[in-house]
Formats: sequence, C-alpha cells, structure tokens
Amino acid sequence: MSGTLFEKLWDSHVVREPADRPTLLYIDLHLVHEVTSPQAFEGLRVANRRVRRPDLTVATVDHNVPTTDRSLPIADPIGAKQINTLRQNCQDFGIQLFDIDSAEQGIVHVIGPELGLTQPGMTIVCGDSHTSTHGAFGTLAFGIGTSEVEHVLATQCLPQNKPRTMLIDVRGELPEGVTAKDLALGIIGRIGTDGATGHVIEYAGDTVRKLSMEGRMTLCNMSIEAGARAGMIAPDETTFAYLRGRRFAPQANAWNEAQDHWKTLRTDSDAHFDHTVQLDASTLEPHVTWGTSPGMVVPVTGCVPDPAAAKSESDRRASERALEYMALTPRTRIQDIQIDRVFIGSCTNARIEDLRAAARIVKGYQTNSSVNAMVVPGSQAVKRAAESEGLDRIFRDSGFEWREAGCSMCLGMNADILRPGERCASTSNRNFEGRQGRGGRTHLVSPMMAAAAAITGHFTDIREWKFK
Amino acid sequence: MKSFRIHKGKVAPLDRANVDTDQIIPKQFLKRIERTGFGQFLFYDWRFLPNGESDSSFVLNEPRYRGASILVAGKNFGCGSSREHAPWALADYGFCAIIAPSFADIFANNCMKNGLLPVTLSEDEVSAIIERARSIDNYELTVDLERRLVADGGGFSASFAIDDFQRHCLLEGLDDIGLTLLHETDIAAYERKRSARIG
Repeated sequence: MSGTLFEKLWDSHVVREPADRPTLLYIDLHLVHEVTSPQAFEGLRVANRRVRRPDLTVATVDHNVPTTDRSLPIADPIGAKQINTLRQNCQDFGIQLFDIDSAEQGIVHVIGPELGLTQPGMTIVCGDSHTSTHGAFGTLAFGIGTSEVEHVLATQCLPQNKPRTMLIDVRGELPEGVTAKDLALGIIGRIGTDGATGHVIEYAGDTVRKLSMEGRMTLCNMSIEAGARAGMIAPDETTFAYLRGRRFAPQANAWNEAQDHWKTLRTDSDAHFDHTVQLDASTLEPHVTWGTSPGMVVPVTGCVPDPAAAKSESDRRASERALEYMALTPRTRIQDIQIDRVFIGSCTNARIEDLRAAARIVKGYQTNSSVNAMVVPGSQAVKRAAESEGLDRIFRDSGFEWREAGCSMCLGMNADILRPGERCASTSNRNFEGRQGRGGRTHLVSPMMAAAAAITGHFTDIREWKFK
Repeated sequence: MKSFRIHKGKVAPLDRANVDTDQIIPKQFLKRIERTGFGQFLFYDWRFLPNGESDSSFVLNEPRYRGASILVAGKNFGCGSSREHAPWALADYGFCAIIAPSFADIFANNCMKNGLLPVTLSEDEVSAIIERARSIDNYELTVDLERRLVADGGGFSASFAIDDFQRHCLLEGLDDIGLTLLHETDIAAYERKRSARIG
C-alpha cells in the first residue's frame, strides 16, 4: 500500500475507525512527569479507574527539580509536594519512575531515546508539547493535555482526528557552524509559528539524512513551535546505530526482526502530502531570535527588523510590542546586542553532541565578565558522559556553572530564572514573554552560538570563531 | 464534563496575536496538584504589576469588562506549552468561550475537554467583534453551539465550523474516557494482535 510514513504509523495503530467519530488510536508508550499528571491520577481515583498498561507507562521528574546539589532537600515546598505526588502515584498505580536520585533521571524527551524506550514505529504521547522530539526515530509522537493523560492512563488509547501532512524537504549541505537548531529556526521563520497547525511534518531530504540523531531530535523538537501536531523523520542506519544495545531496545534475535520491520517505515515515492515546503540548507546562516515568538528570527549577520516593514497590521503591532518587551530598537545589528546570561540546556539542545559543540567553542576562553553562564545537561547520563570526556572541566574552567539534569531555565519552574530585564542567549525553544522569568529577555540560538556569546558578551558569528 | 449548549455574555477584547499559554498561566503556578483555583493567576504578568498591584492598562482590569465571559483575541491563540492549566485558568476566571481567527491544536483540544468552547471565526469577523466590544458598552454576544452561530442581536452574526463529534460531546457533556472504555473488546483485540507482533 502506498502512503506517507505518517499514514503507515497511523494505520498500524487504529483500534477503531468509526465513520462519524474520531479514530481510536493505540498508544505504545506514555511518558509521564510531575507537572501535568497529578490531576490525571486524581481523576482516575475519583472514577475508580486503574492504569490499563503500567508496563507501557514510564515516569520521571524533570520540570520543577532543582539543578543544584541533589543531596539537599528541595527548598520549594509546593514543588516538593508535586514531586512527592508523582512518587505516590507511581507507587499506587505500579508505574516505573526514574526519580531525582536515579542514574537515569533527566528531561523526559532526553531519557526516552537514551534508554531505548523510544523506538521506530511507535505512537508516543506525553503531557508536554515537546513530545514531538521522539519523531526523530520515525515515531508518531505528540504532546497532550492532562485530560488526555488521564485518558491514556485509563485506556491506553486516544480518540484523534487525522491531521493533515506536510513535507519539509531540505537539500544541500549545512555550512560549517550551522546546526539543526538553525535549520529549525529557519523553517519557523519561513512558515510562521502557526504555519503547520493541524499538520504532522515529515522532514526529509539529504540534509536531514546527514543529521545525527541528536540533530534530528533538535529539529523534530521544534515542530511544535511551527504549530505542528508532530514532526517525524524516517528511520535509517543512523537511527539503528543509535538504538542498538540501549537498555530497552530489542536485544539479540528480536533486534533483527525489529530492524527488518523498521526498514519498512518510510514514505513511498508516490505518496501525497497536503503541503510541501522546500528549503536549501547550503545558504542557511546561524540564527538568532529577536522577539517574543520563535518566528521572530533573523540570521546572525542581520539586524532587528523595522515593524514598519511588517507584512500585515497585526504583525506590525506584534513586532512593536515584542521590541518594547525586548528593549530593542529597529535596525540594531544582532551582533551588537549585549547579553547578561547564557543557558545551555533543555530538551532541544542538552544532549552530548550539543555539549561537545559548545565546549569546543569555550575551550581556552573565559566567559565575559558581565555574563553569568550555565550548562544544564539533559540527563544524568549526558552529565556522566560529558564528565568522562572532561567537558565539565572545560566549561567550569572558563567560568560556566555545571548543573544537575532537568528542564531548568527553559521554563523556569525551579529556581533557575532570569531577573527582570536580564537578556539571555538560550539554547531552549521558546522566547515568550516571561518564559525564563518575569521581565527576562530570551534570544534562542544554537549551543555554539550561546557558547560564543558567553565568551564575547554579545552575539557573535561562530563561523568566524578562532578555536583554541 | 461540563456541557455547553448556548451562552450569552459580556465580551472582552484581547487584541493580540500568538497569545501563548505561558501568558495565559505563567509557570510559577503550575506546581499546584489541583484542577481548581487557577483563575486568580490568569494572565498574571499582564494583570498584575511586579509589585502585585493591578495593572489598570490591561484590558481585563478595565471596569467596563468586569464580568466578561467571552474572550475575543488574535490568531494562533493558546500556542506553546500543552499545559491544561491554561483552559482551567480561563474557565475558573469565568470565561465560557474564546473567539479567535485560529487556535493552537493542543490548546483547542484541552478547552473542549473542559467545556470551554473555542470558536474560530475569520480575521474580519474577529476584528468586527473587537471593534464592537470596544465601542459599545456592555457588549454581549450569544454563542450557540447547537446552531453553530455567534450573534449580538444588533446586526452581527457569524457561523462557525466545529468537529461534529466534539460538538456532540460538548452539547451532552460526555465523559470521553467512559466512551472509549465502552470499546474494551476492540482494545483487547488490538492488544492481542500487538503482542503477537512485538512478542
């Protein structure tokens, strides 16, 4: 049967397909964290319902955990209560929890792939919009709200209307210093933050094929910032090499069988997409956001745009408001913008490859005296790997703080926040007003760009970086 | 779930595009483990100054919009995080319907699960409502889900599209988990097929 990768994933998970109702889809993996689950478990208790498949449900704590010394008690009583509630819920309903002191703890979208829980062909949901990350493995993975978390806990299914499909076809070689993050920002800058609303994106083309799994995860992660329901990339040898031998990946004979099946998960050449976007990667530059929405983005060689040049009245007003919040004036060169803070972390860019890239930049340099910079590894495993390679030493020697794993200043639910007026170069995914702390000003960049800004104190074109 | 059939109420205009869920309910309020009580934190950073006082320049703080139960806003409303705390906060504050030219997918889904109706109208229709809500005192709209119609009784009327099944669930206030559990046989059959495949 001819079809897109999405259609194949969808079709193989149909439990029921009534004509006048949404399709009932089966969910292979449900990832749970402390913030969006307590009300769902409470709902189960009230209705006297059980968790249908605790064996397909995995939990961790990531959103509100402190990234400082883990041997100390959690100072925030409300945050601690939320974490304790997840512990109790996992115990009561028999769900595996990678708790704050476990070697596997980390951001849910970092540990799923790292443990081999995320496998091609699966449907994966989590009460977090960045669940799209897992699509990098050829899965249908999407974020859901708490009511839907409860629905999946109770039934292992979700009623869903079939989304439309969008192909983003990227050709050409990414220039040195231009990363998957810049590609993601470039796409959002082009199609807008609602450009893929109602759609599932498949990323394809030789540029995407050449991306590492880390790069593919960064790209799929940001799909939601373009409004997409999910983003996905067909699995290939890069995917298989990443997964082989991971703790929950199929082992021995089961591995060969699984791999044979995974190889069939690709879009047929005559399949139809509702929309197609083509992009030339060879002309991309490192990107920096200037406003309060990820679509407000320009190349590092560019300037803050003038709202007068906006395409519509509503865009003009949005730009003016963003510039006021960001305390920027039109036509300021991006490289003249001074920063106060640097955050290298988040489910977008806190994997080992991201930390290696940032460490290469900072090696032998000192952070600018006016900049406070921190690295928050995506998981305890990433932290250990980085430490075994000596990356922590490179960061610390140059003046960075080296923290424990969690979501941290991506959303600032814990103590890691910007103070009012502080300007931050951040490897995270959202530059919304107040996202990293009330009055804080966020500029989204790649790990290398964030690292370079920490050294120079302003945005710097890393294509001209002098490595030491 | 709370049902929604027809609602008449005062309209508050929030003339901004891309209102994200971080604005609707900032992160510091996501640590609560209850579903209730989020209304006091709705649009917190816009409603309140850093010193905690009410910001009189924000539209919801204008006395004329006190008691509004219909919010009209710009495109891509509810983008960003999947936090269901956003519709919980809007509903708890007293909103029953949100009207915008477009909504982010997860947010719109979350609204429907909470009896809060997202109504998609054209940019021109939304602009017309915003204009009227600004120029007419105590401007009210009637949102009729049964007839898929928004009207003010003063000449403005617009129809809207909504998924038939979601409309049915809202009208009847159905518990969709209960509906899925009715199909236990189908779920069990799928699981048998699935375990034969995966082993």
